[in-house]
Amino acid sequence: MWVDAFFFYLFAAITLTGAVLTITRRNAVHSAMSLILSLIGVAGLFLLQRAELLFAVQIVLYVGGIMVLFLFVIMLVNLDQAARMRQFSRQWWLALACVLAILAEIVYVLGRGSRVFQFAPPAPPAQGGNVEQVADVLFKQYLVPFELASILLLAAIVGSVIMARKRV
Amino acid sequence: MLYPITATHYLVLGAAMLAIGTIGVLARRNIVVILMAIELILNAVNINLIAFSRHLGQVHGQVFAIFVITVAVAEAAVGLGILIALFRNRETVQADEINLLKW
Repeated sequence: MWVDAFFFYLFAAITLTGAVLTITRRNAVHSAMSLILSLIGVAGLFLLQRAELLFAVQIVLYVGGIMVLFLFVIMLVNLDQAARMRQFSRQWWLALACVLAILAEIVYVLGRGSRVFQFAPPAPPAQGGNVEQVADVLFKQYLVPFELASILLLAAIVGSVIMARKRV
Repeated sequence: MLYPITATHYLVLGAAMLAIGTIGVLARRNIVVILMAIELILNAVNINLIAFSRHLGQVHGQVFAIFVITVAVAEAAVGLGILIALFRNRETVQADEINLLKW
């Protein structure tokens, strides 16, 4: 039990540290590296929650796919000039105050209802592993959203190719 | 309060990550960093979905997390494409210098 708690706090610390570094670094490449750290922490949390498929998806897709895309664009766009300019907009204190107020509110409400949120007793091991269970639900109950997601991806491919073309 | 890890801990972590991402979106000027902060927000959503999936003992939350990741990929691809087009036309990546539609 305490191993779970130890790893939860470890991965939570990695995630939050990476997130804070992501939005505070001046150099965009450093931000991307911090975001990779944060995403790996989230992947660890998925593994801790017995979501093995999502752990693999997170590593392969986010860290391997999206972040490479980000780094590629950072190399493509000249950010040297932007790194020397002011990094935060002028109303940053207002944004910080509003967001902290909302965060305090959420945490307060969660704390009031925290007795409800015990984890379910470990269910009897269902048939098959995590991947089979997810695939079972995905392809039986969520088939239409799955197909819609493929259309969304197709539209995104076409859109990004058109956007990045020579003359728009 | 700190020791037996419950779903509440994951929800508080998700809320903290959402707050950090929102601050990034609202306060940063660099569009690349704003897109990264949006990824942080979507990951906070995923943490919550997985926590509830475990809490209820079902895998529906994990299926929804897969959909969220799909949308995040599409958003990142289109957003970065727009960023490249924008940089080619305006030579800037500062969000408050792109104010052509602002009155």
